[in-house]
Amino acid sequence: MNLLLEWLVAPFVEFSFMRRALVACLALGLGCGPVGVLLMLRRMSLMGDALSHAVLPGAAIGFLIAGFSLTAMSLGGFVAGLTVALLAGLVTRFTEQREDASFAAFYLISLALGVLIVSTRGSSVDLLHVLFGTILAVDDASLFLVASIASVSLLTLALIYRPLIVECFDSGFLQSVQARGTVYHLMFLILVVLNLVAGFQALGTLMAVGLMMLPAAAARFWAQEVWSMAAVAATIAVLSGYIGLLLSYHHDLPSGPAIILTAGMAYLLSIVLGAQDGLLVRLLPRPHLQA
Amino acid sequence: MNPAIRLDDLTVCYNRHPAVHHLSGAFHHGSLTAIVGPNGAGKSTLLKAIMGLLPVTTGRIDPAALTPTDIAYLPQQAQIDRQFPITVLDVVLLGHWQRVGVLGAVTPPLKTQAIEALAAVELADFQRRPIRTLSAGQFQRVLFARMLLQDARLILLDEPFTAIDARTTADLIELVRAWHDQQRTVIAVLHDLDQVRAHFPETLLMARSRIAWGQTAQVLTAENLRQARQMAEAWDEQARLCAVQAP
Repeated sequence: MNLLLEWLVAPFVEFSFMRRALVACLALGLGCGPVGVLLMLRRMSLMGDALSHAVLPGAAIGFLIAGFSLTAMSLGGFVAGLTVALLAGLVTRFTEQREDASFAAFYLISLALGVLIVSTRGSSVDLLHVLFGTILAVDDASLFLVASIASVSLLTLALIYRPLIVECFDSGFLQSVQARGTVYHLMFLILVVLNLVAGFQALGTLMAVGLMMLPAAAARFWAQEVWSMAAVAATIAVLSGYIGLLLSYHHDLPSGPAIILTAGMAYLLSIVLGAQDGLLVRLLPRPHLQA
Repeated sequence: MNPAIRLDDLTVCYNRHPAVHHLSGAFHHGSLTAIVGPNGAGKSTLLKAIMGLLPVTTGRIDPAALTPTDIAYLPQQAQIDRQFPITVLDVVLLGHWQRVGVLGAVTPPLKTQAIEALAAVELADFQRRPIRTLSAGQFQRVLFARMLLQDARLILLDEPFTAIDARTTADLIELVRAWHDQQRTVIAVLHDLDQVRAHFPETLLMARSRIAWGQTAQVLTAENLRQARQMAEAWDEQARLCAVQAP
């Protein structure tokens, strides 16, 4: 028993970098979980992925200008992500092209640009840094950034919750009551990019979106309403961060993949065990109810 | 009779091809009108233009004394995500949008009204049910309950009874008739001509342009219907410029 407790708690008692990493995961999970649920419900799961790659050139330019500076890389990443989101949105709105195609086009351009910038000017170690992040090297400044982004995300989501949900459930109705769906859509896209920037500090551009989509996809098997789904997703995200950090510490694994794989396990388990339409519920013969 | 909505030489285009072409006339206050016509006749387009969801190419729509918030609009069901994780009661409560908006609280009296609206469409026990468990007919009842709360003076229905069972259709038509009795203006896009003849005093028969508009019996003649079919088939990819342009 003592051994188990030690396994679960000791790393965080002993090392301040582990404590920081834990707090970062907590903040990340609280923001990314609910944002991911709405992204999924808007059928934009893959666009989150595209946006996370789009962040790269901005971060790379920031890195080239100011070295390994958190502010510069975050700002660059935010600007790049938002630019891609807006350009893709404009193309979708004013041409016949569908949103998924325009997002894919712009993120590929952005990703290639990012890799080009990093590879011509930096070393491959730098590239790995940007691609995979370093949650164990989170300093006070990035902790502050991640926590601020989580707070802003939750507050903004609370404020625009109603129109955001109506817009993805029945956008025609929102139009018919003369509400401006586009404004809320744009605010939401900004939140997505912000959370990806927060995630890329800790998990890298490649895996930032993992903590957003995997808990959200898992939550769909446990909850029937958006708010409960968001709560489940946030919980899964935070727990994945905690367990992932433990695994990475005890078994000497890279932290980013350990966290995302934990979230992936939660997703796979949810598919099988989930109370809403999980495989077990589906396959187990249960007596039916009265008509 | 006062016009509730007047159409003045209205043309609405998709990519320069007119879907509604030089249409003039008026829906009178308190009238119950069916819009009938072949596929591609511009019926849904006309409703969307009245809602302000599509730009008017030429001509104009005069809403008389109505403001946009006086209008309730039921689009075709295909446009709604019926798998979305939301409860029946929450969907009905959206009918209070003009009163609560983005941030307003749903007070107990508002909630009571929503429960009463659900009872009116015979779904009293369905409040907590997720909408994905409903049949198409039940879901249409939910949308009608939402419109009951909207309390609109002009109600636009786009194919409200398509793919809906007979019993539900009959119940919902009763609601439409009740709206008519309350002096609300109702405009519905419909396909079932027997239904139109039985329940809708007035009809607009269109095939992009107006074929006939007036009392249902005089509009739905064999000759008018044949003419509507012919005009709808005459879609021309190489269409030339319309001779009647805005000044």
